[in-house]
Amino acid sequence: MSNLFNSMIEWIDKRFPLTSNWKAHLSEYYAPKNFNFWYFFGSLALLVLVNQLLTGIFLTMNYKPDASQAFASVEYIMRDVDYGWLIRYMHSTGASMFFVVVYLHMFRGMMYGSYRKPRELLWLVGMCIFFVLMSLAFTGYILPWGQMSYWGAQVIVSMFGAIPAVGETLQQWLLGDFTLSDAALNRFFAYHVVTLPLVLLVLVFVHILALHETGSNNPDGVEIKENKNPQTGIPVDGIPFHPYYTVKDIVGVVVFLIVFCGIIFFAPEMGGYFLEYNNFIPANTLQTPDHIAPVWYFTPYYSMLRAVTINFLGIDAKLWGVILMAGSVVIFCFLPWLDRSPVKSIRYKGTYFKTALALFVVSFFVLGWLGTKSPTPLYTLLAQIFTVIYFAFFILMPWYSKIDKTKPEPKRLKE
Amino acid sequence: MKKITIAILILLCLIPFSIFAGESGMALERASVDITDNASLKRGAESFVNYCLTCHGASYMRYNRHRDIGYTNEEILEKLIFTGQKVGDLMESAMRKKEAEEWFGVVPPDLSVIARARGADWLYTYLKAFYRDETTATGWNNLVFDRAAMPHVLYQLQGEQKLVVKKSDKGEEKSLSLEKPGELNSSDYDKFVGDLVNYLVYLGEPHANARKKLGIEVMIFLLGMLLLSYALKKEYWKDIH
Repeated sequence: MSNLFNSMIEWIDKRFPLTSNWKAHLSEYYAPKNFNFWYFFGSLALLVLVNQLLTGIFLTMNYKPDASQAFASVEYIMRDVDYGWLIRYMHSTGASMFFVVVYLHMFRGMMYGSYRKPRELLWLVGMCIFFVLMSLAFTGYILPWGQMSYWGAQVIVSMFGAIPAVGETLQQWLLGDFTLSDAALNRFFAYHVVTLPLVLLVLVFVHILALHETGSNNPDGVEIKENKNPQTGIPVDGIPFHPYYTVKDIVGVVVFLIVFCGIIFFAPEMGGYFLEYNNFIPANTLQTPDHIAPVWYFTPYYSMLRAVTINFLGIDAKLWGVILMAGSVVIFCFLPWLDRSPVKSIRYKGTYFKTALALFVVSFFVLGWLGTKSPTPLYTLLAQIFTVIYFAFFILMPWYSKIDKTKPEPKRLKE
Repeated sequence: MKKITIAILILLCLIPFSIFAGESGMALERASVDITDNASLKRGAESFVNYCLTCHGASYMRYNRHRDIGYTNEEILEKLIFTGQKVGDLMESAMRKKEAEEWFGVVPPDLSVIARARGADWLYTYLKAFYRDETTATGWNNLVFDRAAMPHVLYQLQGEQKLVVKKSDKGEEKSLSLEKPGELNSSDYDKFVGDLVNYLVYLGEPHANARKKLGIEVMIFLLGMLLLSYALKKEYWKDIH
């Protein structure tokens, strides 16, 4: 039996690099042995991606991208398709959990300096994945054609209209119509199920290739490749990804699934955060809801969009909002060059960096919370203050990360 | 590092789960919802087809789905269908959209998922909060939905209420008092509306019971998997620690 198996592998290896790839990416890919809780979210993001692809395929079998039928077709899935409700909830919960997992994954990178040299490109590819993910979330949220789908999209689309000179033309080109209508629903459907998933898959593949080239960072921020066993050439603090991290990640997957299934089966709306109550009202082009709030994962940016209330530097307040909103996401791309600290990990960074990161996290949550609320003068003021803190974290980083009192990095991993 | 993690977790808990629907300012009464109570759901379903379905549709729902709450096909035909539709048909309203618009100014909304949009408490309070108002087109107004286009369809049951406005230093306090009693006394009317709202919640997500039941099975499976996968991880990681 094992002979037959071996000869089969041999047959394949002569025609396809199976064993060499298995070794390079799994059984002889050496990962630092001190991964902690924060290192589960990369593989979990992959799990959610597969979940979205599979459930998405089944949803397209019954969904109708037609403004007059879309809402009803979603309810058809929820009621008449066998286990349609489960597939739909897996997809809608998956969308939110994708962001939970990716935000935690990004935060891990920020804590342990995973964006630092030599992983700048890895970080940039990751940021591209994040942009595509946001586009996927946006185009996907339109599809049920509920009130929030429609009016939320209206807000986003009008942002393009705020761009000087080309704005209006660009907006019409995107929509395929003068207003948000069936034409837009059709093309957003095409982006959501074909274009963007393809781009996402390619980017994820590139992200993993780049990771396996540089090797993983770790909570100590120490390069394990700098300390290899002279005889074997294997990093002394490294362990093979398979089986050690595969079995560890399985535990992570099960814990994640407990949370994920807990939401799917017992709180699929998540108190109006994952499925907004107003989106159970079919889109009505004539009736603007009193209160338009995007889904939770976009609310921090939405707060920043609304934060600017006056025109300054000759630029319209609305355009400032758009600039800030776009800037708040794009600015992550510059992290590898903004961080001037001699150490990577927060474990060895000083008070300044720790305080800055904590303030950043607080501002992210406060902005997120404000984004779910109708604006009042107090809320707008808060949004303005926390927008400043949010950007200060990045813009002042070259300064505070440099003068910060750091602790010496160890030569080897501590644990 | 642990401190930051804890701070984040505390922050996450602090974010209140705000409710977007029903922000009318008036305190809503709590509806007691139990979608496993088939007797209540059946009473609600029969009231629904008698009082609501004339104007409102529930056009994402099929009649024969009601087998889930204990009806047989024959009972559905007898108790829920009056317009000669088939048992597998969608619960569409008998009223034409154009006529509805002429009569009420708006097409009455489809009620299939209304409980998911408005919430049970809002619906419960709404159906109890109609009062006589001569200034509106229908002669009715509502405390939670000002100038609602819908007249008080259930007034024969509830009777007629009058708006009472108490002015004090703190501002206006609005309440309702029963002027003309209806066929039902106040607690029977509450029960009637309670059953109807319970049914509307069921109607919003007919598979909710199946969902929770399957959820428990899935959770038991996953907890077993957790034990197994943790044991496997411990066994492998023996060589590392």
